[in-house]
Amino acid sequence: MTTTDTTQTYGTLETHLRSRRDAGQKLLLPYITGGFPAEEWTQLIDGSAHAGADALEIGLPFSDPVMDGPTIQESSTLALSQGATPQSILDQVAMAKPGIPLIAMTYYNICFRMGHRRFANALKTAGVSAAILPDLSLEEMAPWRESAASEKVETVMLAAPTSGDARLQKIVEAASGFVYGVGLVGITGERQELAESALTIAKRLKAITDKPVLIGVGVSNPQQAREVCEVADGVIVGSAVIRRLLDGGSVEKAIDFIGELRNGLDKG
Amino acid sequence: MTITNSSSVMGDPDTSGRFGQFGGRYVPETLMPACLELEQAFKNAWADPSFVKEFHELLNGYGGRPSPVTECHRLSEQLGVRILLKREDLNHTGSHKINNVMGQTLLAKRMGKTRIVAETGAGQHGVATATAAAFFGQECVVYMGEVDIERQKLNVFRMELLGAEVRPALSGSRTLKDAVNEAMRDWVSTVESTFYCLGSVMGPHPYPWMVREFHRVIGNEANAQCKELLGGDVPDVVVACVGGGSNAAGIFSGFADTDAELVGVEPAGGAAVGSGIPGVVHGSKSYLMQDEAGQVQEAHSVSAGLDYPGVGPEHAHLADIGRARYEAVNDTQVLEAFEMLARTEGIIPALEPAHGLAWIIAAAKELAGKTVLLNMSGRGDKDVAQVQAIKAGDPVALKTMRP
Repeated sequence: MTTTDTTQTYGTLETHLRSRRDAGQKLLLPYITGGFPAEEWTQLIDGSAHAGADALEIGLPFSDPVMDGPTIQESSTLALSQGATPQSILDQVAMAKPGIPLIAMTYYNICFRMGHRRFANALKTAGVSAAILPDLSLEEMAPWRESAASEKVETVMLAAPTSGDARLQKIVEAASGFVYGVGLVGITGERQELAESALTIAKRLKAITDKPVLIGVGVSNPQQAREVCEVADGVIVGSAVIRRLLDGGSVEKAIDFIGELRNGLDKG
Repeated sequence: MTITNSSSVMGDPDTSGRFGQFGGRYVPETLMPACLELEQAFKNAWADPSFVKEFHELLNGYGGRPSPVTECHRLSEQLGVRILLKREDLNHTGSHKINNVMGQTLLAKRMGKTRIVAETGAGQHGVATATAAAFFGQECVVYMGEVDIERQKLNVFRMELLGAEVRPALSGSRTLKDAVNEAMRDWVSTVESTFYCLGSVMGPHPYPWMVREFHRVIGNEANAQCKELLGGDVPDVVVACVGGGSNAAGIFSGFADTDAELVGVEPAGGAAVGSGIPGVVHGSKSYLMQDEAGQVQEAHSVSAGLDYPGVGPEHAHLADIGRARYEAVNDTQVLEAFEMLARTEGIIPALEPAHGLAWIIAAAKELAGKTVLLNMSGRGDKDVAQVQAIKAGDPVALKTMRP
C-alpha cells in the first residue's frame, strides 16, 4: 500500500530527492567524515556535487560510534584528534555552496549536549537540510523532532532488516527527507557482495511509502549500487569513499570513485 | 524502621525504561526489536516462579549463596566505626558478577539464544560470563580493552580456560567503554542469534532494571542478615563502589526503603555522578564525563573495573532525588585501604570495593559510632600482581595510578 499525502509540503531535501527521482534518476548519496582529511576535506563537498552526488551526508565525528565499522571509526578518530568539533565542521560547511542538499550524520549525544533547538538551529545556519541520528530510536525521538521541525530541519529515519512490519510503518511515517534502509544486519563497512537483506528491506519500504527509499550499509561499489537500485530509489555509500581517503589515498581518488558510482547508476 | 519487601524507591522503571529523567533506549534501529523482545522475555521470566526458583537454586548450589555478612572487629576498633562486610567476594568466580550472569545466561537459554557476547573491564564480568556460558554449554565471546588485557592477563587466561574467546578492543581509550562499543557492534551484527550479557546496570532498557533485579539478592540477604545481627535494625550507612554501579544497585535495593543512608563511592578519575553532566552513550541517558562538544572522555582509575566514564541511570536518579549520595576517592587512598583490610581482617579486597573502604576511612570522623555496611563486591587475587608492581615502583604499573 502506498500512502500519498498531496497536501503535505516537503522540506528542502525531500523536495529535491523526490524531483530527481521522479525525473527517473537513481539517487546517489556519498558519506564523508567532517574534518577528515583535516586540510582538504571541504573540497569533497563541491567535488561530490560535481561528480554527480544528489545530496551529501557529512559525519560530525563522535567518540563512540557504535554503528560504524573500522573505516569510518578511523576517519572519526583522526578528525577528532586533529581538533574537529561539531561547530568547527558546521562553520566550514556554511562556507560551501555545492548546490545539493547536505545532511548531517552524528550520534545523539552531540545533539543532546548542544541542546535540541540549538543543534537544529546550528544545522540550519550552516545550510544543512537534514539530520541522521542512528542511535535516536523512534521511541526517544519526540523532543528532537519538535525542535527540528521548528527549524525546518528534516529527520531521516533508519529502517532495519530486523524491524517488524508495524515498526517499519511507524518509521516511514516519522521520516522526512528520505527513509534510510539499513542494507544488512550489521555495522557500516564494505562487503564483498550485496546482502540479500538489502533488496528485501528496499522492497518492504517501497511497498509502504512514496518517500524516497535509499539503502546504505554494505553498499560498496557501482555494481552493488546498481543492483540495489533495481528496487530502491538510491544508495548511500560511506566506507568505500572513506577508504579511498585513508592509507595514502587522496581527495581526487575519492571524488573519482563518486563519479564511478554515478556512472554505474546511470548505466543501470 | 520500616522495611518493605518490594522497594518503592528502587521500583520498576516507567514504560519507556526511565528512572526519573534517566535511562531510556538509545540504540540503532537494528537493535530496537531485540531490546523490546528482551524486555518482554525478562518480564515473563521474572514473573514465572519456575524461572525464579531455578535462578536461586543456581545461585545457591553453583554460585555459593547466600554470602555471609562479616563483622570487622579489629578494623572497627581502629577506625571507631562499626564495619560490616557483605561478602560477595566469597561467591563463585570471586565477585558479585555471578548473580547477574547466571540470570542472563539462564534467560538466554529460555529465549533459545546459543551465543553470548559480553564486555569486560577488570575481567570479573568476563570471567563470570565465560563461567556461566561453560555451565550452560553456550558459545562465548568477551570483548576487553587492549589496555585492560595487559593489566589483567590472568583473567584473560581464565576466560580462555573456560572456553571463551577474548577479543581485544583496539579503539579509543582501549578500556571498558571501548569494550562496550565493540560488544554492541558485535550485537548489531549478530542480533538474531546472540544474547548480549551486559555486565552492569547500564545500557538500553531493560538492562539497568534487569541487572539490578538479578543483583537484588545481595540487598535482600544483607537486609535480613543485618537485622539479625543488629537486633532488628538496619545499618546507619550502606556503602558500595560505583563504576557502572551494579553491586551498588544490588545492595542499595535492599535498603532503599529503610532509614539507612546510601553512599556510592566513585574513583576520582571516573566520577560520573560527581563530575559528569547528563548525556547519552551506550543506550541510555545518565551522568557522563564528556567535553563541551559531547565527546565522551576517558576515565582513569587504578581499578580497571571502575574505569568507566558513565554510570547506571538509576544511580543518576538516586543522586538527583537525594536518596543516595556519591563520593570520590583517589588511587592512593584506595591502595591504603586495600592494604589496611588485608592486615587488619585477613581479607584482600578487590581494588573496586577498596574504594568503598577508602571513603569510610576518610569519613571516619563523620561516621564515628555508626554502623556501616560495605559491599565487599570482589576479592583481590586479580589485583595482587598489579599492587605488587606499583609498590615496587614499576613504571608501567605506576602509569595506572592517579594519585
